[in-house]
Amino acid sequence: MAVTAEAVSGRAHEAGDAERTRADRFAARVRRFALQDRLFQGVTFFFAALVLCGLAGIIVALVAEALPALRTAGADFFFGTRWSPTDGVFGAVISVHGTLVTSGVALLVAVPISFGIAVFLTETCPAPLRRPLGTAIELLAGVPSIIYGFWGLFVFAPVFQETVQPWLIATGLPIFAGPPLGIGLFTAGLVLALMVIPFIASVMRDVFETVPPVLKESAYGLGCTTWEVVRHVVLPYTRVGVIGGVMLGLGRALGETMAVTFVIGNANRLATSLFAPGNSIASTLANEFAEADPALHIPSLFALGLVLFVITFAVLAAAKWLIASGASRAGY
Amino acid sequence: MTTALYRRRRWVNRVGLGLSAASMAVGLAALAWILWTLFASGLSALSWEFFTASTPAPGSEGGGLANAIVGSLMMVGVTTLVSTPIGILAGIHLAEFGRHSKFGAVTRFVTDVMLSAPSIVIGLFVYAVAVATVRQFSGWAGSLALCLIAIPVVVRTTENMLNLVPGSLREAAFALGMPRWRVSLSVTLRAVRGGVVTGVLLAVARIVGETAPLLFTALSNQFFSTDMARPMANLPVVIYQFAMSPYENWQKLAWGGAALIALVVLAINVVTRVAFRDRAGAR
Repeated sequence: MAVTAEAVSGRAHEAGDAERTRADRFAARVRRFALQDRLFQGVTFFFAALVLCGLAGIIVALVAEALPALRTAGADFFFGTRWSPTDGVFGAVISVHGTLVTSGVALLVAVPISFGIAVFLTETCPAPLRRPLGTAIELLAGVPSIIYGFWGLFVFAPVFQETVQPWLIATGLPIFAGPPLGIGLFTAGLVLALMVIPFIASVMRDVFETVPPVLKESAYGLGCTTWEVVRHVVLPYTRVGVIGGVMLGLGRALGETMAVTFVIGNANRLATSLFAPGNSIASTLANEFAEADPALHIPSLFALGLVLFVITFAVLAAAKWLIASGASRAGY
Repeated sequence: MTTALYRRRRWVNRVGLGLSAASMAVGLAALAWILWTLFASGLSALSWEFFTASTPAPGSEGGGLANAIVGSLMMVGVTTLVSTPIGILAGIHLAEFGRHSKFGAVTRFVTDVMLSAPSIVIGLFVYAVAVATVRQFSGWAGSLALCLIAIPVVVRTTENMLNLVPGSLREAAFALGMPRWRVSLSVTLRAVRGGVVTGVLLAVARIVGETAPLLFTALSNQFFSTDMARPMANLPVVIYQFAMSPYENWQKLAWGGAALIALVVLAINVVTRVAFRDRAGAR
């Protein structure tokens, strides 16, 4: 019955083996996990890189396709005031002018109204109504743009033509000259305003809510009225965020296609009156692209698209930068 | 003298707040006006034939939008199937691996740019890559354009949602010896399921009504077709063409189509708000 030394050491050996295989298995599993993790990280990286390449692709494709037009027309493309596909003359001024004017009108109308909505939602609105009213404004942002255009052409333009337009023409201002057509640059600007109000109002409301209550309360404690608190405390505190929100709205207005195409009138003339029909970059693209001649017309349209992309990119970059610097400043 | 000052300040206050309430009223009135005309003129166009018959020839009576509805469903369906996994995986990368990396910052910026890039420019891009090269307008090209619009939405919502997950949850999972991919997929992503679903639904709501990127990618088709490799009818473009046409029957169908799209989009928006109201950040 004597337990031999060999047997003991053998058993110890066996136990050690088991331990080692367990350790091996464990190590193998850790290695497997590490491999899976690297694979997972690689896969997610791949898709993130795919998104990154998307934008680079857009810029490269636009430039490549626009090159023939830019080479033919040179600087005249950017400064030409005639756009005539039948004569092969392509100047971007009319469309760029239309885009800037309609967006300008939209901002002039939308910014004060959005500001009012944001003030109402954050300061004066009874608490139980805050959420439903905020949601209603956000729903306005969800309505597809084609519906704004459709509604603008068939419902808004006729009403505008009969009521507001004659009255504005009677003021005799040169920017309101011309026959009351209903459609035109100004109408397009108004429909755009309606489209961007919810965006600007939501951003403004969100930044107004970041104002520390202590600041507002101390102003109230000094005897300020609600309006004075908004003017002298809330607005200065959130100025940068507010400007960022306005720029986001501007970016949207500049690139909007359908809401504008329906009501802008689609005329390739350089308008001096806001009531004249015109064309924006987006509406020119929407109207002419499908039937364009590939030789020079299509490259010219691509060049227009490139101009639009550059403009919106600049506006967005400015907005991002402003919001970011505002956020870091709000940190104190 | 001080009473005059007080009176003036009170008046300024009243006028300011009054104008602010008035602008709220303008916003709500606009929403009500748009929805009212849309449903008043649109719902009467919705009938059995509207959903079963294809688009009628110019000037003829009757007909429906069946081909456009099917085309839209197919393109939006393909887009959702493709852009959801891509968007979620890219969002995971940004939130889990690229929070402080340079690559993450660049990708984040680029997604934001794509998020607000004019949709017609995306249409141009897809035309250049997927239409001009094969000389064929197609449903696939339309889906590709819609993907480029939907993916950034999904990426950003996924990332924002994942950023809300407390670090302690991740650490707890790591402490149990979970590999990173399992932590991402079955702990953090699971915790923000509701928010991510909301992001996908909102992306769908956005692309359902997109017209501009389809104008010269999917084009349109007056016949019933389920072939994604050919031009494909779709609701937004058909609405655009019919609304601009002089035919009364076509305009009526366009109103019906617009009401249908608005119903779908509003329904998605309301459902996501009600269903995920209490989830973190899913406003």
